[in-house]
Amino acid sequence: MRRGRLVLALAAAATLTLAGCSSGDGGDDADAGSTSEATEETGGAEGTIKIGIKFDQPGLGYQDGSEYTGFDVDVAKFVAGELGYGEDQIEWVQAPSAQRETLLQNGQVDMIFATYSITDKRKEVVSFGGPYFVAGQDLLVAADDDSISGPEDLEGKNLCSVTGSTSAQRIKDEYAAGTNLLEQPGYAECVTALTAGTVDAVTTDDIILAGLAAVPANEGKVKVVGNPFSEENYGVGIAKDSENCEAINEAITKMIDDGTWQELLDKNVGASGYKANEELNPPTPDACA
Amino acid sequence: MSTLFDVPGPVARRRMVWANIGATIVVIGIGVWVLARLGAKGQLDPDLWTPFLTANPWTNYLIPGLIDTLTAAGISIVTAAVFGFVFGLGRLSASKAVRWISGTIVEFFRAVPVLLMMIFFYLGLGQMRILEPSDVPLVAVVLGLTFYNGSVFAELVRSGVHGLPRGQREAALAVGLRDGQSLRLVEVPQALIAMLPAIASQLVVILKDTALGVIITYPELLDAARRFGSGNGNILQALVVAALIFIVINYGLTRLADALAGRVGKRTAGKPRAEAPSLVVATGND
Amino acid sequence: MDDGFLQQFTSLFSEFDVLAAFWVNIQLTFYSAILALIIGTLLATMRISPVPSLRWAGSTYVTLLRNTPLTIIMVFSVLGLWGQLGITLSPDFTTNFFRLAVLALSVYHAAFVCEALRSGVNTVPVGQAEAARAIGLSFWPAARLIILPQAFRGSVAPLGNVLIALTKNSTVASAAGVAEASGLMKTMIEFRPDVILAIFLTFALGFVIIVVPVGLATTSLSRRLAVAR
Repeated sequence: MRRGRLVLALAAAATLTLAGCSSGDGGDDADAGSTSEATEETGGAEGTIKIGIKFDQPGLGYQDGSEYTGFDVDVAKFVAGELGYGEDQIEWVQAPSAQRETLLQNGQVDMIFATYSITDKRKEVVSFGGPYFVAGQDLLVAADDDSISGPEDLEGKNLCSVTGSTSAQRIKDEYAAGTNLLEQPGYAECVTALTAGTVDAVTTDDIILAGLAAVPANEGKVKVVGNPFSEENYGVGIAKDSENCEAINEAITKMIDDGTWQELLDKNVGASGYKANEELNPPTPDACA
Repeated sequence: MSTLFDVPGPVARRRMVWANIGATIVVIGIGVWVLARLGAKGQLDPDLWTPFLTANPWTNYLIPGLIDTLTAAGISIVTAAVFGFVFGLGRLSASKAVRWISGTIVEFFRAVPVLLMMIFFYLGLGQMRILEPSDVPLVAVVLGLTFYNGSVFAELVRSGVHGLPRGQREAALAVGLRDGQSLRLVEVPQALIAMLPAIASQLVVILKDTALGVIITYPELLDAARRFGSGNGNILQALVVAALIFIVINYGLTRLADALAGRVGKRTAGKPRAEAPSLVVATGND
Repeated sequence: MDDGFLQQFTSLFSEFDVLAAFWVNIQLTFYSAILALIIGTLLATMRISPVPSLRWAGSTYVTLLRNTPLTIIMVFSVLGLWGQLGITLSPDFTTNFFRLAVLALSVYHAAFVCEALRSGVNTVPVGQAEAARAIGLSFWPAARLIILPQAFRGSVAPLGNVLIALTKNSTVASAAGVAEASGLMKTMIEFRPDVILAIFLTFALGFVIIVVPVGLATTSLSRRLAVAR
């Protein structure tokens, strides 16, 4: 199987821009790590690209049956395509939030599209292409709940978020100190509590909430408030000083210009009537360091 | 049927019948209330349950997840048994240094939560880059489970040997066996039989603890069930199904271990240990 | 290298309240241990009792609870008991989850306490029960005065294992929304991915400090209490 792929990859390398890409990969590995050999072999020579996505975030990165769906996945496919990798050359890897930096540092993935906010702290250990989307922290509430229109209205209400996330704490610190905070292992658990009426709101980035609201089983039961109160720039995580950054940014710009970006957004998270914050979207990719 | 009580007489039996009826009514009552509440919250909606009657969740999530769970558990059971046997004997060794080293290792690994160890190995191995990156989660899960459960096995071996009648060791020494021989040939085999129920429970613990692998990207059963539930709005139902799978497999494992224990017990002839025929077995429960 | 490491440790402790998080784990363990011991003893008694339905109920409980991963029980406790059924154990929001977590830890570990006691009962010679019967004790006095006290002594080592497992499993309470050590560890890693090793060592050693004395105590206790035969 592996051998078969290798042959295929070599054939592809001869014709596509792949050759350039894989040498690029090799280069950044040499820069980033002390022992780059292992990664070099698995990264470039086989002719596949390993892309880290969420497997459990419907609408963004989700394992749906035997395939992967969501906005992040579609953007990743587009960018990978621009880098010279066909869809069958993409190897999807699960990239949970806490492990994203490690996956990149360890060379377990080449790129990460997993609701990955660009922050200075993260830039110390990894690099980013993009941003390809600007999300904002928002609230998901029951469809018939009109009493909550922003974080200030959460005083005395029950709010759910995932364990270790800073977003819920921010609400407590900056908007409504009397908020009751429940931490759950995942957002799906939060939504279950929301539809049961035991929590009043779920908080995280608006596009994640929109993805949850677009799940058929949740349709008509929950809605995104649509009043984002923070700015999260979703970037493409790459290894420190990766030379792919420019190419990724070009791909993102192209995707936004030719309308594919909007199309993918509507297709994946539009079902609940969610519209991205238009003041900030679509974004312009930052210059590569 | 038991040495602890008489076979209940007619009055006691009648009382039991009434008590059973009462208890059954209470249990059913609670069950009905729970179902009613769940129904009111829409959790009994057939749409949330029927997906599990189709092939998709099984072929794409649960069965691959189960295979990964069993793989990790299977490897860990073997490695933990080896670890436990080596260090269990080490703790019983005549040499003070060996006893001390084994004791320190066992106590340390018994103390650190499996989850912390898994994360540590996951990151450590990842940074060392001696493995194929895709194998790292599995290896980290196996190592975490091995060190913890291995140290528990070691402890079982040790406490099992200590629980044996002193005469066994005395007799072994009297017929001319050395310390190590007495341990290996006389005490440990008996201790293992005595500790079989505890060892069986530990096997189940290993299987369940593979579920912690979800934290380090190991795609085991729980992870698979949560993934399916997230996208279909039925995470509670998915977890119920996952729990049922765990229960069925672990129950099967327990029964298998029990049957095995019975056979081993029989093989050690008439009366293995005069003082340990179990009261529980005597009551014939289960 | 060593200097840097010490510095990392101290800066970690000043930035985050690690001790408070461990204190939550200790509290979780304490309350759960007591409740689990009570439920477990009850179950063990049920399993050796003369009433068939009680024996059945006891073994069904053990079979179900022992075979379910704790994480799932924890999630059911919060999302099921509280989320769906609306059962609250405290008017205070945070305390409620603490108690739900204690409940989940207790019902889970009670099955193991029951098993430990059962293995302890196995060490009690049949002659003890026969003698108890011979002097005219019925089931409950015989169990309470003769069998269980010896069973407890014989099951100190396995009970110690359960207690240690419980201590470490208290980290799973993060799944119930309780802010404890493992949750803090995750947060700390998110804030300081650069000192990841120092964070792990801090938490690993924290557990060693809590658990090793428990292990040593139960080991020596089991030796001291062992019934010489």
